[in-house]
Amino acid sequence: MIAQPAPKADVMARRDEIVAALARLVPPTGLIHDPLRLKPYETDGLPAYRQTPLAVVLPETTEQVAAVLKYCSQLGIRVIPRGAGTSLSGGALPMADSVVVGLMRMNHILDIDYADRAATVQAGVTNIGITQAVAGQGFFYAPDPSSQLACMIGGNIGMNSGGAHCLKYGVTVNNLLGLRIVTIDGDIIDLGGAHLDAAGYDWLGLMTGSEGMLAMVTEVTVRILRAPEGARAMLVAFDANETAGRAVDAIIGSGIIPVALEYMDRPAIHACEAFAHAGYPLDAEALLIIEVEGSTAEQDDLLARIAALCEPFAPISLRVSQSVEESLAIWKGRKGAFGAVGRISPDYLCMDGTIPTGQLPFVLRRINEMSDDYGLKVANIFHAGDGNLHPLIMFDANLDGDFTRAEKFGADILRLCVEVGGCLTGEHGVGVEKRDLMPVQFTPTELDQQRSIKSAFDPAWLLNPGKVFPIAA
Amino acid sequence: MPLDGIPADEAAVAEMVRAAHDANEPLLVGGRGTKVGMLRPVQAARSLSTRALTGFTLHAPQELIVSARAGTTIPDLEAKLAEGNQWIISEPPDFSALLGPGVATIGGIVATNLSGPRRVTSGATRDHVMGLRAVNGAGEVLRCGGRVLKNVTGLDMCKLLAGSHGTLGVITEVTLKVLPRAERTGSVVLRGLDPVRGVAALAAALGSPYGPTGAAYLPSDAAERVLPGGGSATLVRIEDFAASVAYRLGRLVTDLSEFGAAMLLDDSESQALWRDVRDAVPLAASPDDAVWRVSVRPSAGPGVLAAVVAAGGHGYLDWGGGLVWVAGPPALHDVVRHAAGSGTWMVLRGPEPLRAAIDVIPPEPPALHAITRRVKAAMDPRGILNPGRLYAGL
Repeated sequence: MIAQPAPKADVMARRDEIVAALARLVPPTGLIHDPLRLKPYETDGLPAYRQTPLAVVLPETTEQVAAVLKYCSQLGIRVIPRGAGTSLSGGALPMADSVVVGLMRMNHILDIDYADRAATVQAGVTNIGITQAVAGQGFFYAPDPSSQLACMIGGNIGMNSGGAHCLKYGVTVNNLLGLRIVTIDGDIIDLGGAHLDAAGYDWLGLMTGSEGMLAMVTEVTVRILRAPEGARAMLVAFDANETAGRAVDAIIGSGIIPVALEYMDRPAIHACEAFAHAGYPLDAEALLIIEVEGSTAEQDDLLARIAALCEPFAPISLRVSQSVEESLAIWKGRKGAFGAVGRISPDYLCMDGTIPTGQLPFVLRRINEMSDDYGLKVANIFHAGDGNLHPLIMFDANLDGDFTRAEKFGADILRLCVEVGGCLTGEHGVGVEKRDLMPVQFTPTELDQQRSIKSAFDPAWLLNPGKVFPIAA
Repeated sequence: MPLDGIPADEAAVAEMVRAAHDANEPLLVGGRGTKVGMLRPVQAARSLSTRALTGFTLHAPQELIVSARAGTTIPDLEAKLAEGNQWIISEPPDFSALLGPGVATIGGIVATNLSGPRRVTSGATRDHVMGLRAVNGAGEVLRCGGRVLKNVTGLDMCKLLAGSHGTLGVITEVTLKVLPRAERTGSVVLRGLDPVRGVAALAAALGSPYGPTGAAYLPSDAAERVLPGGGSATLVRIEDFAASVAYRLGRLVTDLSEFGAAMLLDDSESQALWRDVRDAVPLAASPDDAVWRVSVRPSAGPGVLAAVVAAGGHGYLDWGGGLVWVAGPPALHDVVRHAAGSGTWMVLRGPEPLRAAIDVIPPEPPALHAITRRVKAAMDPRGILNPGRLYAGL
């Protein structure tokens, strides 16, 4: 288990006073301090780590957020920003002496401008909520993390979330125009707007992926895009990871950038097929789901080109979807992957490293060797176009030592990702989970430089402490 | 001043910055100096150019990745990418027409975050910077990001350095995401629309499912220089496989028919025209003109243009109307600032005394500027890197 900093005794001793003060800053239903009602806030999407916070506030306006942060700053109280609590890296893990500031009541769409292709929403609006608000006019918000039904745009900013379609459309930061932020001192600042490329330092870019350590986000302006005429998927199966990897190279090298290019290894294929009955070939070692967009004729053309590019690699199965329904069926297995693995294993850890795509066969071979060494099964899901690998390590938390072994296995995989030229996290964030691995990727000088930027925003390190940076000895 | 301090490699860059840090001596930092005339003038006795840091350290077309040392010129980078039939996504501009002859470097393009017409739908230069190596103001080498397409490990120092105009660190190497070069380019041209109607047509095109990669409006004076005869020109570009370009141009002509009859430009005409739009050729700034780049929400572009024209300036619109190129007498500065409203702007060119005396980019609110000062101090503790470039006294 990864240790968290000790709570501040002086803050713990003033609990009642702090709760009373917070009650004056947010509406009565927006303050939670009863231990039983604090329970849902003690963890996030990394449930192995739990800690009940001192209190939770649920502000409804930017001004309320500012008042809470200003108060906390004055008293030296730690603050944990929280969206929907879907972080897979423990990004919203509280501390005993912390106040959780939840965004869920800031869930209003503020402005939609189709002519300027921008939507301004409060930070507690869900990712899918933005797309739903604009879908009637044929528009969508592009980044689509797996948790998009629940996760909030504020949390997406914190982690710079990606998704299956970012090969074509980019990640959160590439779809962002403006932010309203609140500093730890309670200052409200607007960054960017509905225009592109604000002059001066790129605060939007720096805020995105900063895991709630620099400031809190309360409003977000995103780019909305007109949806393509249509999209269709194909399924290609191979008898070896090496050949599947070469097929991916051939597709990208040909000049086609599919809107999605997803890869599953044998254990993932079996788990997903048993769960979703999507018609995945069970004799395959590797499966690609490839999606293209455009008019029907354009889809036909691209899918035919891709099929021809795959042909030399002797796919054992190649199925081009003939309809929207068939595409949905092809996607159903992949989108249900986490649930599918949850069905065959009592617990699993979802890892998230990125590797140069050419290293995939080597990395999968090493992961399988490690799987044997640790005696833990692993299924691999891979955004093949951009190199983002999600090994799902299966374990049983009720078995003594299983979780510790799973954590070690995961850390070894992430070290491997860095060794082959990749990084510790592609889209889930460092959080608590990968915090102590940061020295694997960065030198002490580089980490100190990043810490100094954190200090420039939050000199007392009150915002989301215990995350991202190894705790100084 | 000339950029005459020319270290041979990254280690020499670090040594030079460290020496300047130790001696408390400001450095004018640049590449080949093509953009020294932008923004505020830097007061420094010594200079550092990254022009000798050339060559490629990684080229992986199948991974859509290229790494080049900062002094590599844009033409050299483009030639390298052409070997894999790829290109730079953000279409970096060549401002020789505005700032004098010279060849830009990739380090300079990233440090200034300049992007061309494709920016409107495909992202800015900084969006495609996957990794950087840089030397901070204490002479320490920093690796930022990496060489993969998806990376959220730690703070995104690449974003902080891209567009910082050499004030936070000296970029020594750049790793870019690149994309396949489109097989074909083509454009739809609508003539004679007024700016509001022109931008409405651009909005309709950008709000269509056909994926335009360029959307510009040239008033008749600007259009006359690049597409003579016919009044103002509203331009929409498609880049894709040949069959898709033909299909999508056809659909756009139909969908935009309410704006009048359209004409089509073929591949070579389209490439030449968009190169001009990219490089501010339609602006034809006279030698005495100052030049501003204003970025507003696209529907606000025509209003900015009207205000500028009423005050004796001229200009044209790119990025769907959101990027307003302005040229005019230096006295136009307050009009430009005011017209930009809540948008952003920069003084791209102007007499040195003017640039030293005015805000060259929008001032930040005090709470944010305090953070700016602390971030600058964190990266460059003695304030030796391009002091005063963005803000007076910083």
